[in-house]
Formats: sequence, structure tokens, C-alpha cells
Amino acid sequence: MTPMSSYWRGIALSLPFALIVIPFGLLFGVLATEAGLTVGAALGFSAAVIAGAAQLTALQLLMHDAPAFVAVMSALAINLRMAMYSLSIAPHLKGTNVWQRAIAAYFLVDATYAVAHSEYEKSPDMPRRNKLAFYAGSVTIVCLPWYPATVVGALIGDALPVSLDLGFAMPLAFISMFAPLLRSLPHISAAFVAVVLALGFAWLPLNLGLMVAGLGGMITGAVVETKLERARA
Amino acid sequence: MISPDIIWPVIFILGIGSFTLRFAFLGLLANRDLPNWLLKPLRYTAVSILPAMVAPIVLWGHEDGIDTLQIIAALAALATGMATRNVLVALIVGAALYWGVGYWV
Repeated sequence: MTPMSSYWRGIALSLPFALIVIPFGLLFGVLATEAGLTVGAALGFSAAVIAGAAQLTALQLLMHDAPAFVAVMSALAINLRMAMYSLSIAPHLKGTNVWQRAIAAYFLVDATYAVAHSEYEKSPDMPRRNKLAFYAGSVTIVCLPWYPATVVGALIGDALPVSLDLGFAMPLAFISMFAPLLRSLPHISAAFVAVVLALGFAWLPLNLGLMVAGLGGMITGAVVETKLERARA
Repeated sequence: MISPDIIWPVIFILGIGSFTLRFAFLGLLANRDLPNWLLKPLRYTAVSILPAMVAPIVLWGHEDGIDTLQIIAALAALATGMATRNVLVALIVGAALYWGVGYWV
């Protein structure tokens, strides 16, 4: 297989994700300008962070007058999983130089990780150049449309009357993102405990209730997972 | 409305922070495995923080009391997403219920 055919294979296997990236890019653009961001700031946000859930989190919290520090910490907490992706994909990209790895890291999002990781697991002996070409193909479909989609969304948002009731769009986007992830008992328990804690500790200042709920959910997920493993063993 | 004074610093710090998280292990190529007690909870960040952020907004987000339609649409999107494992279908069902029904009622 030539690197070029690996590139095309990366494109083909990533195509379904374009259906998610484009609408969410548009949605982020609309919500960003509705929240008062300029088109430039919306694009800057998408270019610097390329992570829909984290970007929407920061936007949501800032809109509700949370301190910038809390918005940044919450969004970074959402992105903690990227460190796991980084850890998991690192052995497959051995021998690449630091610039190649830096570029791969910048484009490491849920979909590129999922597609590339499963391909590398299937064919671990793929030459380095083919692995990078495959990754580039995935990036072409999953990441590159994120910027123009944000800009188009922001232009739409700019043109919309400010009174439009988009208040529910952001929570709805979040629900659609996490619901498909609730695929096992530990995941469902984590979400349930997090929701109960979030409601119970909503009175805490600085949105700290969110931190309590997030930590509580994460610990619950880990504990339930461990219990299940022990029960099976 | 988000103040322009605050948005660029937030974008800058979030950009650096997100890249750092992504580059953490790729950059170092540390082949040392992280301890399991640290890795396990990380698996549940998204399914903890996202629902925790959404629940209070859906339940109490409206100044003029509880919005039943919003709660129903949220539950419908949740159930659809869990059943179909499809982000877009969940989004469409929730949106159709909220804005579609909201328009007719």
C-alpha cells in the first residue's frame, strides 16, 4: 500500500464523522456569536481548541457569568480524555519526529483518535509513512471542516435576530454528545451520580458544584468498573 | 453577553492547555504506563461533567419556572442517544420536540 492509498483509506473511514463535525461547527458558530463573540473570535476559538464539547462548555459558563478561571478549568476537565488518547496512540507513532507528533497532537480529537487507533491496532506493522498518511486522511475529513463550519455558523448567528430563543440548543447539544457514551453500567452510574451531585451542590459559589459533581461522577465510574471486574473474576 | 476582554485570554489559555493535554504523552513518548487508579476515573470525565453541567440548566434554567417541554425534549434526546448511539439522531429528535412542538402549542 502506498502512503497515498493510506491517505484515501483514512478519508474513507472518517467520512461518517463529517456528518457530526459540520453541524456541530455550525452550531458552535451560531451560539458563539449569539453569546457576543465576533466571527474572528469564534474562528480563533475553534482553531485554538478544536474540541466541540470543551468550546461549548467554556461558552456556556462564561455566558452565565462564571469566572474565566472556572470556565477554563471546566473546559480543560472535559479535555482530560485527550491525554488518554495521547497515551494510547503514542506507541503507534514511535519513530516519528517531534514536529510530526506535535501536528498529530494538535489534531488529536475523538474521531481522529477512534479511527486511527482502530486502524493501527488492526495493522500494527503498517509503515510509519502510511500511518501518518492515514492520520492525515482522517484529519482532512474530521478536523479541517471544523473551521469553515464555525465561520459559516458565526456569520449565520450574526445575521440572526438576537431575540431568537437558542437557550436550549447548548444543553441539547451536550445531551446528544454524552448520551451515546452511556454504554455500560459504570458510565451510567457516573452520569447519574454527577447529575445528583450537580443538583445538590448547585448552591456552591463559582460553579464549584460542577467540579464536585464531575469528580464524584468520575470516582463513581471507576469504583463501579472495579466492582464489576471483581464480580466477574 | 461575553466581554471581548475576557474571551481572547480564555481562548489563548484553553488552546495552550488543550494542546498540552494532547501532546502530553505523544510528545514525551513515555512508554511508562500510568497507574490504573489514575486512568480509570479519566475514562468517565465526559459522562460526568457534561450531564452535571446540563442537569441544572434543563431543570432550573428558566426564570419563569420549570419548562416541562424542555425537560421532555431533554429526556427524549437522552433516550434516543442511548438507544441509537447516534449523536445526530439524538440532536434532531430533541430539537424537533422542543422547537416543533413548542411552535404548535
